[in-house]
Amino acid sequence: MGETAVKAPEAGRPEPRQEDGARTGHWWHSAVVPVLAVVTALAIGGLVIVFSDADLLRSWSGFFRHPLETLRLSWDVVWQSYKALFEGALGNPGDISRALVHGDWTALRQALSPLSETIVASTPLIFAGLSVAIGFKANLFNIGGEGQITVGAIAGTMVGFSFGWLPGPIHVLLIVLASFVGGAAWGFVPGILKAKTGAHEVIVTIMMNYIAYRLADYCLSTTFFRRPDRTDPISKPVDVAYPHLLGSDLRLNLGIVVALVVVAAVAYLLNRTIVGFEFRAVGANPDASRAAGISPGRVFVLVMTLAGGVAGMAGGNQLLSVSPSLTPGYSSGFGFDGIALALLGNTNPWGVVAAAFLFGAMRAGSRAMQAATATPVDIVTVIQALVIVFVAAPSLVRSIWRIKVPRPSGLEIVTKGYS
Amino acid sequence: MTVSPAALRERPVSMTRARALGLFFLAVAIAMFVLFALGSDPGAETTFGLNPGHGGTAVRIGDLTLPSRETALLLSVVCAFLGGVQLTRGFGARTNLVIGVVAFLFVVAFLTWAAAGRSLNVVGLLSSTLLRAVPITFGALAGVLCERAGVVNIAIEGMLLSAAFTGSTVASATHNLWIGMLGGAAVGGLLGWFLAVLSIRYLVNQVIGGTAINLFALGITGFLSARVLEPYQELNNPGRFEPLAIPAFSKIPIIGPVLFDNNVFVYIMFALIALIYFGLFYTRWGLRVRAVGEHPRAADTVGIRVLLTRYRNVVLGGIVAGIGGAYFTLGSVGRFDENMTAGRGFIGLAAMIFGRWNPVGAFLAALVFGFADSLQTKLSILNVPIPSEFLLMAPYIVTIVVVASAGRKARMPAADGQPYVKE
Repeated sequence: MGETAVKAPEAGRPEPRQEDGARTGHWWHSAVVPVLAVVTALAIGGLVIVFSDADLLRSWSGFFRHPLETLRLSWDVVWQSYKALFEGALGNPGDISRALVHGDWTALRQALSPLSETIVASTPLIFAGLSVAIGFKANLFNIGGEGQITVGAIAGTMVGFSFGWLPGPIHVLLIVLASFVGGAAWGFVPGILKAKTGAHEVIVTIMMNYIAYRLADYCLSTTFFRRPDRTDPISKPVDVAYPHLLGSDLRLNLGIVVALVVVAAVAYLLNRTIVGFEFRAVGANPDASRAAGISPGRVFVLVMTLAGGVAGMAGGNQLLSVSPSLTPGYSSGFGFDGIALALLGNTNPWGVVAAAFLFGAMRAGSRAMQAATATPVDIVTVIQALVIVFVAAPSLVRSIWRIKVPRPSGLEIVTKGYS
Repeated sequence: MTVSPAALRERPVSMTRARALGLFFLAVAIAMFVLFALGSDPGAETTFGLNPGHGGTAVRIGDLTLPSRETALLLSVVCAFLGGVQLTRGFGARTNLVIGVVAFLFVVAFLTWAAAGRSLNVVGLLSSTLLRAVPITFGALAGVLCERAGVVNIAIEGMLLSAAFTGSTVASATHNLWIGMLGGAAVGGLLGWFLAVLSIRYLVNQVIGGTAINLFALGITGFLSARVLEPYQELNNPGRFEPLAIPAFSKIPIIGPVLFDNNVFVYIMFALIALIYFGLFYTRWGLRVRAVGEHPRAADTVGIRVLLTRYRNVVLGGIVAGIGGAYFTLGSVGRFDENMTAGRGFIGLAAMIFGRWNPVGAFLAALVFGFADSLQTKLSILNVPIPSEFLLMAPYIVTIVVVASAGRKARMPAADGQPYVKE
């Protein structure tokens, strides 16, 4: 707690490394911190698992009598939990190789089902992380992912059960578009408020989240939305779904292809178009952008609307792949995960995909972990929060692991409070 | 309170704005007339109960029974009159007060219409407003302490939630509510310290750090709640603080039971409001804090220890948020439920902005939110023909309106959110 603060050049919003040539070097240099961040977060998560287990705590109270036994027991519990997590996410390597060797397609499909689950779980996260990353490019914090996903899902559901007479592919396309429009409308509001009144988007988007939850509750209470034969809040199911990619017993579907196409499109928009340049210019320096003839207000509105639309597509994706009916809490934390993903992926669209895969693996595996070892799924939220902390504070990771600081360069972007 | 030159110059800006406001008042008056006066059945009467539901006051006041239609009509006429004055002359420096009056009249007319033919207990409404404003106020006070020193604290929500969990668990384990409250305060301070380290020493973007802490708090309380509280139910049974009536004052008609018959958290809240207000604006400590928040480099050159001040204030803010968090379990519900704070920390931030980073203003703003919150419960009881989900949206919509309208005019501490690097 001394008077000097650590001078960390990459503090603040993650800087766009692909533009600052002086920083790059080997690509894996920039991967060291995120990887270590994840490792450290897993380690601390392991500590939480150990010290919340009543039996282990009892064993620890007798530590000096049987130290090795205590350590072995603790390691066992953590290892079992993480192993269940890993296998729930990616599958058992033994099963996969056996099936490959025997040429047994049915067994192979079964062995690959965790991987398929991971991809299915990652797809909405890709949209969510992309949404936050788009916002970060213009230095806007889009915390409203939850609400945007929810409203996108509401719009998608409405179109989904209303236009059953349309041919399949057209109907699917319409649902996707509807979810985009719904989310975009929800992102438009904070954007225009920020542009016209200077209202800080963090508070507005958070409030819009809660309003969206209530809106979904309301919709599910109307006879228009609700499934006629049920009294619990569940909507009429959407009529169509994405086709499966590897046979109908695996849940892997077209959604991941759609997601990757959107990622490519957004990456193109951000890096190779004038509009994308305007986004990044306003993000770096709104005043200079205004002097250059770019309207920051217009950019705020465009960015938030686009970000909202992309987030809304996550809702549409869920409707078309895993849960065809809208239920309360449909967005299930994807929006908040998106923040971690955007940070972990350094706001780079493809980095977000990698991070989404990691988090999707954790989500898919956590259910198996809870089933196998009774470790509650919330530990994954804790690990994700720790990952955010460590990725946002690279110097913290470095000081834990005693890594030398590379030669500093580049931007230092800070919050400007509520302006 | 120190009067800045800017405040002296602050008057409603232009004639067009004044005229627009006048037209707005007239529109409100017309809406009141159409919706509430014409909307009430002729001959219906609204009874405003003025006695508390339990306990008693020194003098039992008769309920106020008003003819619904005529009352709404009268209120809309008054609004129209105010609108007319605003349109022609304007109210000058008192415009903000008049806006408040118009809002108040609208609400009274709304209540008259909503409770037409039935009765509405005003004391109950006020009491409920105050209680719902308590956690929001604690959150706002924590925000004031942090932001006056220049640190944006988004993590208030996480602090509230963690303190609610800790307070409940510690109080259940030790069978002592006070130790539970202390536990909550300690956890809040700990999270504050963590936020301070992240944003001051490691220069992490304060919004990101705050969001991470919120996620961490959500995850760990959910995890521990499932892992520890579910198997050991006795750790989730702390009980609550009982209301403590202050002898003479609580007998004052109408406001007595509202203000002076509450549990200890409310009294702590009042004390903190006064303490922080006095501390920030009338002591040397407060002057230094505000200097650090406005212009840390200038403060540094005068010898004020900028980073230490920021650390101290963020930890203090965390402690205040911790007490507020303990209110959820030890002062209100009596047990911990997952994610029970439901965004009150963020509403507290909005209250802080609405209240211009001033403890008293933040409290008044929190009352507005508390009123919106308690109104929706009352209205659903009264069977008002608005779906309850929309009523539940009310506090959040009010927050957005407040943040949007206060956005430019509110002057936050100039160095808010900017990390300070000593050279």
